Amino acid sequence: MSAARTVTLQVNGQARSVTVDPETPLLYALRNDLGLVAAKYGCGVEQCGACAVLVDGEKAFSCTLTVEQAAGKAIVTLEGLGTPDAPHPLQKAFEAEQAVQCGYCTSGIIVAAKALLDANPDPDLPAIRLALQDHLCRCGTHSRVFRAIRRAAQEMKTRELRA
Amino acid sequence: MTDAPEKKKLPGSLSVDARIDSWLSIDAGETVTLKTGKTEFGQGIKTAIAQIGADELDISLARVRVQEADSALTVDEKLTVGSESVQQSGVAMRYAAAQARQILLQKAADHLGLAIEDLTVEDGLVSSRSTNRQVSYWQLMAGQAFNAEVTGDVAPRSPESRRLAGQNVPRLDIPAKLTGGRAFIQDMALPGLLHGRVLHPPAYKTELLKFDATAIAKLPGVVKVVQDGRFLGVIAEREDQAVRAWEVMRDATAWRELPSLPNEDNLADWLVSQETHDWLIDGGTPVDGPIPDIVEPAGASKTLEAIYTRPYLMHAPIGPSCAVAQWDGDKLTVWEQSQGVFPLQAALSCAFAIPAENIHCIHAEGAGVYGHSGSDDAAMDAAMLARALPGRPVRLQWMREDEHRWEPYGSAMVIGLQASVGAGTKLLDWNCDIWTNVHAGRPRAKMDSAGFVAAWHREKSLPPHKPADNQGKHGGGHRGATPLYDLPAMRIVKHLVKPHPLRVSSLRALGTFGNVFAQESFLDEMAHAAGQDPVAFRLAHLKDARARAVIEKAAAMAGWDPAKWGKGYGQGLAFHRYKNNKCFVAVVVEAEVDEAKGSIVIPRAWIACDAGEVINPDGAANQLEGGFLQAMSWTLKEAVRFDATRITSLDWESYPILTFKDAPEIEVGFVARPNDPPLGVGEGTAGPTPGAIGNAVFNAIGVRLRELPLTPERVRKMIVAERRG
Repeated sequence: MSAARTVTLQVNGQARSVTVDPETPLLYALRNDLGLVAAKYGCGVEQCGACAVLVDGEKAFSCTLTVEQAAGKAIVTLEGLGTPDAPHPLQKAFEAEQAVQCGYCTSGIIVAAKALLDANPDPDLPAIRLALQDHLCRCGTHSRVFRAIRRAAQEMKTRELRA
Repeated sequence: MTDAPEKKKLPGSLSVDARIDSWLSIDAGETVTLKTGKTEFGQGIKTAIAQIGADELDISLARVRVQEADSALTVDEKLTVGSESVQQSGVAMRYAAAQARQILLQKAADHLGLAIEDLTVEDGLVSSRSTNRQVSYWQLMAGQAFNAEVTGDVAPRSPESRRLAGQNVPRLDIPAKLTGGRAFIQDMALPGLLHGRVLHPPAYKTELLKFDATAIAKLPGVVKVVQDGRFLGVIAEREDQAVRAWEVMRDATAWRELPSLPNEDNLADWLVSQETHDWLIDGGTPVDGPIPDIVEPAGASKTLEAIYTRPYLMHAPIGPSCAVAQWDGDKLTVWEQSQGVFPLQAALSCAFAIPAENIHCIHAEGAGVYGHSGSDDAAMDAAMLARALPGRPVRLQWMREDEHRWEPYGSAMVIGLQASVGAGTKLLDWNCDIWTNVHAGRPRAKMDSAGFVAAWHREKSLPPHKPADNQGKHGGGHRGATPLYDLPAMRIVKHLVKPHPLRVSSLRALGTFGNVFAQESFLDEMAHAAGQDPVAFRLAHLKDARARAVIEKAAAMAGWDPAKWGKGYGQGLAFHRYKNNKCFVAVVVEAEVDEAKGSIVIPRAWIACDAGEVINPDGAANQLEGGFLQAMSWTLKEAVRFDATRITSLDWESYPILTFKDAPEIEVGFVARPNDPPLGVGEGTAGPTPGAIGNAVFNAIGVRLRELPLTPERVRKMIVAERRG
């Protein structure tokens, strides 16, 4: 533990300052200091994926990553992907497939799917399964999540062709 | 009429409260609030209520606000359990909204000076057919009360004229969950909110040896250390400070743990050797009295017996339970995620010895609960913490290990079956003996015992209450035990095991998961013994046309083909009608079994369901798929682990659940019956899923697996044991 100090984080394209113990897990700074509540506490030990965010484009678990470790890196949360009025294709696809029950795990899963599609725009089912291997869903939306990610990939491909 | 009409029984929860104002209000701002005493946890009840109410009122969904359970605002609809919500709350809403529309139409007719027959409604705007005159619901009575009761005489819309009920309306709760909205109680923001954690004892039976409150109070951000006997908690300015303080407390606090748990390796033997209370289950209902012996039927050509087991299982929500509490004098407000605001209010009132009307319970959605998880305890824990800082709201979330260790599990079960076939291919009898703990344990309004963990640990502690099992028709441990098949003789016995060393309560579908696993597996054993195809054998014992239809549909969807089975590939089917009065479900899975590894892969699954009128087919399919995947997880992966003193399943490594690697692709098909009453679906797949998996494995490798979970190591052992004979 150390004393609180002000740390600047790059979150969803903006510089945001938080005054915390730099060893604070990023999760709590996002949720309680910056009001970005999509990432959730699930297990605190990187077993469930509910807290996933992107850090410099790679999926990271914000329950163990400290504010100090995240400083200076580009952090993207679910809120950074899209809004209710301007949703990301993944958010649209999860809505279209109704790939949610309680939804507590959903933010982490969409973030993982974003990392997947950035690296592999046309993933097959085994690739999707692998990308979600460190995420848990208790309600049983797995097969809908598969469909939603494939739908998003399709839509993004179509968009690219149009552009 | 001068004589008061005789009061007839009103549909659904209208029997609790028939006042229209209890169910809906015409608001200023051109909206309508629909009020339900049920709680949302991602199963979609808010959306179903909105569809039903908007349909009957002739308004668009955009105008609807749904108020869910709140002890100050909604009807006391008890618990949100048993796949009952549409039948209780939805049906009540349908009749209340239909009557409200009739009253609004009459007001419009009076206002416009026209006959009611001349009026039509579109999105709350009442128009005359013969003139161009119009008036809206909101002009007529925005903010005013109806001051009228539902009589049940106003007929709701005919199935053909419904525009929203029966459609795949997207769930209202989903957009916020996809974009980082404050959709969960875990996300609640209140001015001055403080954060709490509770250090629960490491075992069921403990003595506190050392706790240094002074040291904890000095940690950064700590506002208050709370100790009341073995109830130990901390409140801090920041959540991370509360977590840090909890970690320090956990490491610095010393306990003596006392052994209280049986040997997990001999759980089935332990269950059947305990003191029991035995009931004969007659027509689904427990009857006290002498238990008849099993009598082998005359003309039996083949008699089989088998024993099936399931372990203790967790609800295991992904989001640990959470609540926010605030005390103002002797008044308590709790935002909480349990399955019933009123039962919780009553139980808290006893725990704190204050009148129920001093407690305001407000439901806020948490992670999925799947029965009685840690939700109620989180509410009690939050209230215990907040009591130390009157006037301040305190948010309490359980740590992962709190949830795994202290939630009330679904009971382990042993199910013994015996049946005979005669010279033909028909079953002559059916004998079933169930050993189980109770499947109940929710906090109740009791002063001398408690269903809250915190109440057991306080200085003035209350003993754990001793819940009776749900003894109702198809309740508790005998739920699912009475086959829907036509059987000439049935002897079903519930042996309620009195000691329950692990904390147990209601897990989704109660006894159904174990009972139907045994029943549908054993039915396949009997079919095999009789040389019959499992589908044909079921149909030969089923007159119920709706049951037959889902079995035939599932088999057709899956391309049922015994010729394909063997060499590690098999299909398996199982059927059940939840509670013998909810939806009819048949499940088919295909399994790929690697005998050397003991691995079972389920690439695809098919679910056929008849749920009568379905308000939201895609929402119902989501529930059926989710119930399937959860039951598949129970079947293949899950068992609560423990040693002599403590639970050892404390995280997702020590309590593995289904992963995305394991999940099949699923197809759901409904037998459409829009003219029949709606039948709940939330627990419909919990029964047939394990049987379908066990049957597919048998059809793949010829080995019958009877002991859950079917983990590779256990499957290898079962294969070896079975092959040895």
